Amino acid sequence: MVLRWTGRSAAFATAIAAALVVLAVGPFVFAPGVTDRLTALFVYVILGAMWNALAGYGGLVSVGQQAFFGLGAFAAIRLSHAGVPVYPSLAVAALLVGLLALPLGEVMLRLRGGEFAIGMWVVAELAHLLVNLDPLINGETGTSLIALNAVTAPARRADTYWSALGGMVVLLGAMFLMLRGRVGASVQAIRDDEQAAASVGVRVLATKRVVFVLAALGCALAGALWLASAITFQPRAYFSVQWTAYMIFMTLVGGLGTFEGPVLGAVLFFVVETVFGAYGVWYLVGLGAAALLFALFVPAGLWGNAERRYALRMLPVGYHVALPASRQPGGG
Amino acid sequence: MIFLNQLVQGVFLGAYYALVACSLSFLFGVMRIVNLAHGSLVVLAAFVLFELADRAGLSPWLSLIVAIPAMAVVGWLLQRLVLDRSLRGGMLVPLLSTFGLAIVLDNLLFQRFGADTRSLAPYIGDLSFDSWSLTDDITVGRLDVLILAVAIVVLGGLQTFLSRTRLGRTIRATAEDPSVVGLIGIDARAVYALATAIAMAMATVAGAFLAMRTTFDPYSGGAQLIFAFETVVIGGFGSLWGTLAGGIVLGIAQNIGAFISPRFFLIAGHLVFLGVLVARVWLSGLNLRRLRVRAA
Repeated sequence: MVLRWTGRSAAFATAIAAALVVLAVGPFVFAPGVTDRLTALFVYVILGAMWNALAGYGGLVSVGQQAFFGLGAFAAIRLSHAGVPVYPSLAVAALLVGLLALPLGEVMLRLRGGEFAIGMWVVAELAHLLVNLDPLINGETGTSLIALNAVTAPARRADTYWSALGGMVVLLGAMFLMLRGRVGASVQAIRDDEQAAASVGVRVLATKRVVFVLAALGCALAGALWLASAITFQPRAYFSVQWTAYMIFMTLVGGLGTFEGPVLGAVLFFVVETVFGAYGVWYLVGLGAAALLFALFVPAGLWGNAERRYALRMLPVGYHVALPASRQPGGG
Repeated sequence: MIFLNQLVQGVFLGAYYALVACSLSFLFGVMRIVNLAHGSLVVLAAFVLFELADRAGLSPWLSLIVAIPAMAVVGWLLQRLVLDRSLRGGMLVPLLSTFGLAIVLDNLLFQRFGADTRSLAPYIGDLSFDSWSLTDDITVGRLDVLILAVAIVVLGGLQTFLSRTRLGRTIRATAEDPSVVGLIGIDARAVYALATAIAMAMATVAGAFLAMRTTFDPYSGGAQLIFAFETVVIGGFGSLWGTLAGGIVLGIAQNIGAFISPRFFLIAGHLVFLGVLVARVWLSGLNLRRLRVRAA
């Protein structure tokens, strides 16, 4: 019999809800430094999950997601400059970039494999160069989210924290619902074999479009949130390919194509960055090497391996098959 | 006339791009792999040549004789240690592993050489600045002419090698179907390793000209990969002479952009690349419609 919820996943969902309640009161409890670091962690979780949505579920490897990260921050700057209140402008910026991803996807989604990967990098480079032309940004000098000056530091810290936490919950929740629905089945069929999926009636392009736009919107929100916590906007820092390197590290180490993996990967990345970030270049060599080794030797990632070995699935995005012999009364 | 000069310089710039692009295109043609570490490997070759010139005092031309076989060995190792395993992992793994490799290479180079930009121009004497004046406005650099000549020789040589020699035909057969060639006693893995070695030898030539015609630093690889990729896409994947044409279109586009304003140099190139993509999508849409009409 096919099960969706198992006892374990129900318990885990409850634990997540409890953890979120604890995190929600965070700014009242944590030291300011901790609040700031957790905000960064939430942004990492968003980035990891969005890159995984694209690659792990859509089969689309992009090395240009920094395009959306940078554009999200840029749009937030522009909106707040036009008088939109700061925090709503973060969400509006993400939606606008999501809209922009619609026509962009029409072109980019026709590309395959490596063509899509580097094609997206070109898009990121172009976005970077075009943003630099904006007189408000003033080339590589950049600018800041000046409107935040009106808010006191503690209030700003707490509001940014809640925005990041809220953004993370909404995006992961949307992904969870999507994966459980029709799109989820289609998207995984496409990842496994595009032609086979098309032959059984999956609308390949339409499905990829949904994932592409979601990932663009999510990365844009991450960029806008990063801006709200860093305040300064220097185009080179936001449109750097390093963001994609981080996303790939999180997804590969955590587990490509699993829902929980990138979250685990983001937490690991957060820890690695906190501990080794000061080593600069060697730290980046380590990140690259880890991505390379995981891609070659542990392609399922840490979570993927654990999931396989222990039939572990914390959140019910897939199905479990329970054999009739081991049928439990009341199960299913 | 100044504009005409920009066009001429664009052609020469395009020859350099074709040289950078041909190994990327060749590897894709043989293994269906887009090597995301390609730019970093070109820059690695440039650093090897620079070290040989700077430390050992070898002339860059003599260093090439040392560096080309050395980089071919790097290519052979790359295939044996990374690409071979990646190929067995499916469509996505080669992209992820070569991207990881690019990050490792870039940062190791940075660790070793720091952020200073370097150039081989001081080591090649007059060649770096000598030029011929064709008219009052059009001057042609000797180095640029050499690059164009080498690009034609490399692309033509590769083409001839692939179509005329037994080994070349073996490579093409393996590219066509790696499992079927196994039936007639060809080891696809060995062919792939050879192809990667050839690609890295060509990348070394590209690295030499990168180092001679301009400056480079440890993080120059990304830009080289992007130029190579745009060249290949504009020219059409897998076609070697198309690669030369693609490079020239890209070079001309960038120079026309720079003619309008220096800030448009890169932007114009990227826009032409995206324009080609849009045109391809639009044309394939037309083809589909035409097919449907025929079928009806």
